[in-house]
Amino acid sequence: MAYDFRTGPTIDQVGIEERVARFNTRSIKKGSKVQALKLALSMIDLTTLEGKDTEGKVTQMCYKAMHPHISMPDLPSTAAVCVYPTHVKTAKDALKGSTVKVASVSTAFPSGNSTMQIKLADTKFALDNGADEIDMVISRGEFLKGNYDFVFDEIAAIKDLTHKYNARLKVIFETGEISTLDNVRRASDIAIYAGADFIKTSTGKIGVAATMPVTLVMLDAIKDYYFKTGIMVGMKPAGGISTAKSALQYLVMLHETLGNAWLDNKWFRFGASSLANDLILQLEKEARGVYFSKDYISVD
Amino acid sequence: MSKKETKKLDYFTDWKYAPAPEATDHIRLQKQYELFINGKFVKPNSGKYFDTINPATEEKISSIAESNDKDVDTAVKAARGAYDKTWSKMPAKERAKYIYRIARLIQERARELSVIETMDGGKSIRESRDIDVPLAANHFFYYAGWADKLEYAFPNRNPKSLGVAGQVIPWNFPLLMAAWKIAPALATGNTVVLKPAETTSLTALKLAEIIQESGLPDGVVNIITGHGPVGASMVNHKDINKIAFTGSTNVGKWIQKAVAGTDKKLTLELGGKAANIIFEDAPINQAVEGIVNGIFFNQGHVCCAGSRLFVQESVADEVIRKLKDRLETLIVGDPLDKNTDIGAINSKMQLNKINEYLKIGVNDGAEMYQSSCSIPKKGFFVRPTLFLNTSQSHRISQEEIFGPVLAIQTFRTIEEVIEKANNIPYGLSAGVWTDKGSRIFNMTSKLRAGVIWANTYNKFDPTSPFGGYKESGFGREGGLHGLMPYLKF
Repeated sequence: MAYDFRTGPTIDQVGIEERVARFNTRSIKKGSKVQALKLALSMIDLTTLEGKDTEGKVTQMCYKAMHPHISMPDLPSTAAVCVYPTHVKTAKDALKGSTVKVASVSTAFPSGNSTMQIKLADTKFALDNGADEIDMVISRGEFLKGNYDFVFDEIAAIKDLTHKYNARLKVIFETGEISTLDNVRRASDIAIYAGADFIKTSTGKIGVAATMPVTLVMLDAIKDYYFKTGIMVGMKPAGGISTAKSALQYLVMLHETLGNAWLDNKWFRFGASSLANDLILQLEKEARGVYFSKDYISVD
Repeated sequence: MSKKETKKLDYFTDWKYAPAPEATDHIRLQKQYELFINGKFVKPNSGKYFDTINPATEEKISSIAESNDKDVDTAVKAARGAYDKTWSKMPAKERAKYIYRIARLIQERARELSVIETMDGGKSIRESRDIDVPLAANHFFYYAGWADKLEYAFPNRNPKSLGVAGQVIPWNFPLLMAAWKIAPALATGNTVVLKPAETTSLTALKLAEIIQESGLPDGVVNIITGHGPVGASMVNHKDINKIAFTGSTNVGKWIQKAVAGTDKKLTLELGGKAANIIFEDAPINQAVEGIVNGIFFNQGHVCCAGSRLFVQESVADEVIRKLKDRLETLIVGDPLDKNTDIGAINSKMQLNKINEYLKIGVNDGAEMYQSSCSIPKKGFFVRPTLFLNTSQSHRISQEEIFGPVLAIQTFRTIEEVIEKANNIPYGLSAGVWTDKGSRIFNMTSKLRAGVIWANTYNKFDPTSPFGGYKESGFGREGGLHGLMPYLKF
């Protein structure tokens, strides 16, 4: 099916913001809240993407991913950990025997400013080390120049390589840089048609990260594609979601936009580092009826 | 693109939102309400009372006084007395202070007013809390500002008040309509006799309490309750200078005949059957939201509801599919629950009328589609309904249903849709959805409707005039234009 990305659907920002405001008025309390908090925890890609990351830091985070909170042993583990390619092996070893996946950023993350050769090698290195998921970045410069074929081909090439290893591909747009909702929709369509398994908002490395309006535009793109083809694509808002309240609002939006099938960490992830502990704090509060000190929650 | 679409999304999960009913223990309601005449609550001459019920539970909330001709006369005399003795002599800036005080008191009691509005009328608490009550306060604030600036609003025209205004309002936005009527009348120096609709008198009576509390001079605003004959008696009363009516077109026509040959000024805000027009370049997902907001807002009990949908044929399949999909996520039920999107139908009578139209639609050959949601067994509820494959000649496309029922037609060219949109006895409002700015301006100049929204729907603001063409009435409410019907020059 031919699809011209230049004439794709337009987005009305005011309409999007009004819709988002409606999601935020739904009432999530008590049983409904506990259920959603656990679901959100199971959807986290626990992330460390620092220049100062070490094997020790990654190993500790992997333990946190498997056992989010020792005093609540029945809590689900997070969906994955997300690290730089050089730490994939460490993470893989630390997570052996668990269900937690290893996601690796690649393609010259976070700027994406490198040659195709290097991007492929970067990705291959992560995959060879055992990455289950690849979080690639698109070339925002080429996108903003209107060079959509370039962006499409780039995604398709990384997808081919990733799928050869039976890994899943997430495509990061850095929505804070491509800026308009029309651009977000266009990037979503390009990535989805190029074969992305997941689309993802942000690297977490610039000021503006995931927002609900941006995420809604991306969910709508996923929905349109599902209606056309029956193929599901996953969604990962990343960066800026640090409170349980905000995570629950995302889940309401997900629920009312894509429905039941997406309420699963196979199809929805939060890219976050501090969200897990706020979810745990809220779960403890629901269990005890009172808040307690954050010192009771580990900060790996 | 011709491929048959079969994929469906499933919104039924075991993750359910928590019930969040708004508390009702903080509201103060009396068992019986009297008439508000000359600053006091007085018993009706008839000695009769009627029940007001909660349409979501069918339980009685309170008793309301039934006025007769004598009560109308007493109220008009009180209004005339207040006009002659105090209100017309008061400096305009002093009048403004009272209006401003009423606005503040509405804000202070917003929570109570929202809950009562929802209990008495059936609309969702989300709407009464976020739309009706704040907008009502805003109307008073806005017109408070005009009171001492009338000479600037109409320079060199020497604006003068009329005297006593008789105002009859409908049941769809009880408090808001009272505000639309009372605020400009007071700002322009008139006194008021207002009659709320018989199914929704409570918030108007709470407003009477607020007015009492504000210290507004006795008799400046009088609120009398009862059924149709009370309104008729007001219309025929010799000492009323101005009639303002919002309601059905049939009653509006009768009023116009009744005031013919008298020197009463008249404004009518009547029915509507608005065209909501979706062009192929529209932001489709947001347009679908706009369609939903256009027809399901306040259960479709909106005179400017977007009850006729025109979709350009090239995107019709996509729009209808998304609309059906969206219907599944609308929550219909307890109006007091904060999660509820669509509340109860205002009365048994209105419910019967809507159900009658559903039958007519099916019998005329249109294809009916309803949300699969469950609706409460008790109370007056209707599932959100779409009629597909309708024609311009179907009754459901021509007559105002005043319920959550949308008649959908497709169109091919811009000339065709303009002709069809205007081919109706009404002309209150319309919606246009397109990414192209020039097309919006082209459409707004050719659609014969008082209000046209572009890429949005059902937006109200005190600063913006509202009113219709043709059988939708005449005169404007809101904004600077809203002052004119209450002034002579």
